[in-house]
Amino acid sequence: MDAILFLLFAAIAVVCGINLIVQRHPIASALSLVGVMGALAILYLLLGGEFIAMAQLIVYAGAIMVLFIFTIMLLNAGAEHKSSARLWVKWAGLPLLLILLGIAWYIPHYLTPPSDGVNFGAFTGGGPEPIGKSLFTVYLLPFEVTSVLILIALLGAIVLARKEID
Amino acid sequence: MPPLPALPASVPLSWYLTLSGILFCLGVAGFLFRRNIITVFMSIELMLNAVNLSFVTFSYKFKQVDGHIFSFFVMVVAAAEAAVGLAIILTVFKNRQTLEIDEVSSLKN
Repeated sequence: MDAILFLLFAAIAVVCGINLIVQRHPIASALSLVGVMGALAILYLLLGGEFIAMAQLIVYAGAIMVLFIFTIMLLNAGAEHKSSARLWVKWAGLPLLLILLGIAWYIPHYLTPPSDGVNFGAFTGGGPEPIGKSLFTVYLLPFEVTSVLILIALLGAIVLARKEID
Repeated sequence: MPPLPALPASVPLSWYLTLSGILFCLGVAGFLFRRNIITVFMSIELMLNAVNLSFVTFSYKFKQVDGHIFSFFVMVVAAAEAAVGLAIILTVFKNRQTLEIDEVSSLKN
């Protein structure tokens, strides 16, 4: 059951990821990215990360992607022009892709012992309570520094995007 | 036709890491090949998501919550980066009336 769920959502993630990079129109890419993020949220749930799964849905698929789609709408972004790459350049990537996939399968397969399996429900330390405890004890300083980072990003965005006032 | 191999009872950890690697490579490919500045930016988000998946996977492996904290911080940085990056895109579009990264090459040469 776990394997079926994993394969289903991994397939959704990979197909949406491929769709992201082959679509010419940015709005189609943005919707594919939402699909990747939703599939990854389910995979986080299978790994026992309830908090991260919800944060992924709310922060990434909710807030960040809305910002992207809002910008695409605001700029009225159209389809990208056709690339002028020569034919052999396109096909030369195929063996490289196969080699890359082989490496991506080989290295994790031989570095992790085969006894390591992921069973749904075997790790329950990913709920809000352990994460909150860890954030406010061990990781208190990075957590506070994060707020400064957000403040700087806020100021930067306002300064960059404002209209010049005479 | 040979029979399909039986599905394992528990998902091997390497499958998750492989998926993470594949998604990261897709992000790199999109970053290198696309010429729309917004699509390039979305490829960066895809790479960050792939790294988050590895963090959560290793968090499962070591039965510790630290990986989740790291991916939480990655999300925060991604949100900040999206805000500033999209503001930069808006400014570029306001000054150049284009979203093609090949046409924004003032720093070249």
